[in-house]
Amino acid sequence: MSVGWEPVIGIEVHVELATQSKMFCGCAVSFGEAPNTNVCPTCLALPGALPVTNGKAIEWIIKIGLALHCEISEWSVFHRKNYFYADLPKNYQISQYDVPVCHDGWLDIDVDGETARIGIERAHQEEDTGKSLHMGEGGRIHAATETLLDFNRAGVPLVEVVSKPDIRSAAQARAYAQTLRQVIAELGVSDARLEEGSIRFDANISVRQGPDAEFGTKVEIKNMNSFRSLEKAVDFEIKRQIAELEAEGTIIQETRHWDEEAAVTTSMRTKEGSSDYRYFTEPDLVPLVVTPEWREHILSTLPELPHQRKDRYLALGVDTQTALALSSADTALRSLFEDTVGAGADAKAAANWITGEVVAWMRRESVDTIDVDSASVAEMIGMIDANELSASAAKEVLDGILRGEGTARAVAESRDLIQMTDTGAIESAVDSVLADNPDAVERYRAGEQKVVGFLVGQVMRATQGKADPKAVNGLLREKLS
Amino acid sequence: MDRSTLLPMPIDIDIAHVARLARLDLPEDELDTLRSQLSAILEHAAKVQSLDTEGVEPSNHPLGFVNAFREDVVTGSLDRDEVLAMAPEARDGYFAAPPAMSQE
Amino acid sequence: MSLADLTITDAAAGLRAGSHSSVDLTEAVLERASMTEAEVHAYLTIDREAALDAARAADAELAAGEDRGMLHGIPIALKDNMCQRGVETTAASQILAGYRPPYDATVVTRLRDAGAVLIGKANLDEFAMGSSTENSAYGPSRNPWDTGRVPGGSSGGSAAAVAAGSALGALGSDTGGSIRQPGSLCGVVGMKPTYGTVSRYGLIAFASSLDQIGPITRTVDDAVAVLESISGHDPLDATSWAGDYPDLTSEIDAGVAGKRIGVVSEFAGEGYEPAVTGALSHTLDQLSDAGAEVVEVSLPTVELALSAYYLIAPAECSANLARFDGMRYGLRVDGETTEELMARTRARGFGPEVIRRILLGTYALSAGYYDAFYGQAHKARTVLRTEFAAAYEKVDVLMSPTSPTVAFPFDAKSDPLSMYLSDVCTIPSNLSGDPAISVPVGLDGRGLPIGVQVMAPAMGEPVLFGVAKTIERLAGFDARPAMVEELA
Ligand SMILES: [Mg+2]
Ligand SMILES: [Zn+2]
Repeated sequence: MSVGWEPVIGIEVHVELATQSKMFCGCAVSFGEAPNTNVCPTCLALPGALPVTNGKAIEWIIKIGLALHCEISEWSVFHRKNYFYADLPKNYQISQYDVPVCHDGWLDIDVDGETARIGIERAHQEEDTGKSLHMGEGGRIHAATETLLDFNRAGVPLVEVVSKPDIRSAAQARAYAQTLRQVIAELGVSDARLEEGSIRFDANISVRQGPDAEFGTKVEIKNMNSFRSLEKAVDFEIKRQIAELEAEGTIIQETRHWDEEAAVTTSMRTKEGSSDYRYFTEPDLVPLVVTPEWREHILSTLPELPHQRKDRYLALGVDTQTALALSSADTALRSLFEDTVGAGADAKAAANWITGEVVAWMRRESVDTIDVDSASVAEMIGMIDANELSASAAKEVLDGILRGEGTARAVAESRDLIQMTDTGAIESAVDSVLADNPDAVERYRAGEQKVVGFLVGQVMRATQGKADPKAVNGLLREKLS
Repeated sequence: MDRSTLLPMPIDIDIAHVARLARLDLPEDELDTLRSQLSAILEHAAKVQSLDTEGVEPSNHPLGFVNAFREDVVTGSLDRDEVLAMAPEARDGYFAAPPAMSQE
Repeated sequence: MSLADLTITDAAAGLRAGSHSSVDLTEAVLERASMTEAEVHAYLTIDREAALDAARAADAELAAGEDRGMLHGIPIALKDNMCQRGVETTAASQILAGYRPPYDATVVTRLRDAGAVLIGKANLDEFAMGSSTENSAYGPSRNPWDTGRVPGGSSGGSAAAVAAGSALGALGSDTGGSIRQPGSLCGVVGMKPTYGTVSRYGLIAFASSLDQIGPITRTVDDAVAVLESISGHDPLDATSWAGDYPDLTSEIDAGVAGKRIGVVSEFAGEGYEPAVTGALSHTLDQLSDAGAEVVEVSLPTVELALSAYYLIAPAECSANLARFDGMRYGLRVDGETTEELMARTRARGFGPEVIRRILLGTYALSAGYYDAFYGQAHKARTVLRTEFAAAYEKVDVLMSPTSPTVAFPFDAKSDPLSMYLSDVCTIPSNLSGDPAISVPVGLDGRGLPIGVQVMAPAMGEPVLFGVAKTIERLAGFDARPAMVEELA
């Protein structure tokens, strides 16, 4: 990137809520069912049908808002956003306009050990559209010869979270999306699966010359279906805009489509010129009022969130990188950590072992979930502290624990890994090695220091590796001097 | 509201743009007639602007009540055959329509 | 006198006394329709067999002692903007030709539960937009009092059916006077309840914040009977009133002694036919003689009600009618792209008045005009409500003509604005959400009926019906259209 250019990025996230029923009707919220099987007069926009708000969805958007440190509007309304599209049954979307349920919050993200606070402009409640299948060559919209419509998704509750333009790099964009997804997943309000489209990202990007310059013309990019493609698309778009501006071109305000295969953004040239949405208050619905009592009640149901967890882990003495990794690790690993500490283990050691060796073991064994006795892990850490296990022996003990071979001690005993702590036995092994290797002793005394390594090896072999090498080394030097 | 934002009379209407927004494919001459009819109606309707509404909140709902919620329960859907029987065109369980964009 | 000319109250009494059956009533009504429909065209659809089946079922239930109340076995017509499962429902539009809803409107469910016999679907101005029924895509209805004149609208078919004896009662919908004005022009009772007290679920929306379903009947008692069976909270309509409902009959026989009646002074003058204002004065004199205190009340903002209405209603309709796009049901006119298909379907499927209002509403909501038009109209609505509320501090009910004129000839109001002026007295109650009723009180010199309007505050139905019933008794209006006299 040329010196002086600063990217300005805002991200809009659409989250499908995992309620039982849709936003305004009693059809099931489902994924992957036969087309047009979860539809009713309301979500198909049959003449005369009316919407009624799903109270659970409102509770959940408040939950999301509170988790993102938002203000919750005591009074808000739904609006109609008017535009014609084949998969939008009413040809207006029930959404929110000037008074959303949640506004003015923030989310902390970490990139390369640095924390950045990203402002949340608003989070509003709306409904999803149906799905259009563009039939024809390659399923591409431009080459389609027919549209097939499925309205199962029409009316699924959707929360739109709009960030402030506080994001300054593609890596931050990715971290924001990942962190937000994590929060949503932990709240239990959405499946939060990118591949199923239950969480979707759009990015608004512009570049400007330095942090004090006016914002440049922004471009919206769509169709990123993984965190990696979000990062790549943002990165591509930043470079494209800079190149365009440095070639004395201009940026056109438009929507661009991320083409995953070609790894470029392309202009979505549609005939949809004007976007005059003619918002007005939805007359079929009444205003939403969130009383302080309701807000407090929802606040009391919030689980501990990653950033709160990270702070707690730091206070327990876990180092920053490990606390960060562990606080956003999956539930099984986190509860293993909590339980291990609960069973008396040192928090820093437990965190290191779990984010290090446990995760590495899972990767090696290609398992994505573990069921492990935390007391055994705590016991293993205690044995390391008591010098009963060497670091390498402990890895073997952990392997045994993870394979369900028993407690740490049982594994250590059955695999014969307990470190020799009896100094008398080590001393006699040292003595017999010195007696059996007079030339080596001679060479050491002639000044050949490195021969000690050979002697340590001999002692380790004699004790079948159970002696503490450090202790052996000390004892040898003492006896040789 | 700021009275200076009120529109001057007579009212000028970009009728082709409005018809496009409303998805009404109407011939030129009909649009011309509609433009003058709309202007007349709007000049009458614009009388509301004479009312002093300084500090007045708009009425959103006649009875002024709030928070009408339904329980999050599945109450069932329509039978698909019945749904698609209403459709002008259907295929393989889907509603069918022309492409979103023209081929040129 | 034919059974088709009975009031609901008398027909219900006769059913229980064994003087006739529901089948007798239904056959009489169908017979009447077969004689009047060619001229009146009150109906778009009559479902003869289903009506007779329902009548037989009602007779069997009543014989077995299962009494569902006043409407049990009574032939009722539905305005064709109310969805009835499996029965063609078009809202008098080409865009819904042949459309059969897969579900029942809540009012239909309630009428079925009350044992009513659904005769058929009454004609209306397309999507309830109009004041004469001339905007029906399937041809106008005619006024039974003079078939050269309109029955009013938009519930013109419902009012004409009740006046002609092809239904004992009917449901209409009222967005700016569409129950009361045709009630007045056809010499029957038309009542718009408090907004939110009758479910709109299954009513094909025109303007959601104004639409309200209500009864069209021959008497005030009949209106009470119909309203009792259709009103009440509906969980399928978020704007449905969830609190307590008043007892509609608590003041029905209370008379008007000691009541304060306000006459809205703005509803007089140019455009008001002398016979209409004369009939109102006569009624006020009678009420005064009966012990009411009649006072003049000024509501200055009602002068702007029409303007506000012609911004709010079209704005809401422009969105409500967006769903008619040729994709999922109804008419489709093909196009190369979905956009072309939608624009062609809508231009062909909607009639001129509907197109006019959609464009008007689209314009009023579009960027740059919202504050000056739509936003300002809603503020005017607030001011109007405040004025009404202040008036009801001083009086029990307000009164005015229902319509400035009696029934007018076809094509008399081809200019949209002059047609809109027909609703000048009725629109304010839609904007305020309050209940109002039109009661027939007499005929003009040409033998055309005249109605007066009574308005009450929200949930003021008991006093509204009490005053209306007193007016009805004092007027002693018992004239019937000549075509009915001949047939009876
Ligand atoms: Mg959105
Ligand atoms: Zn549904």
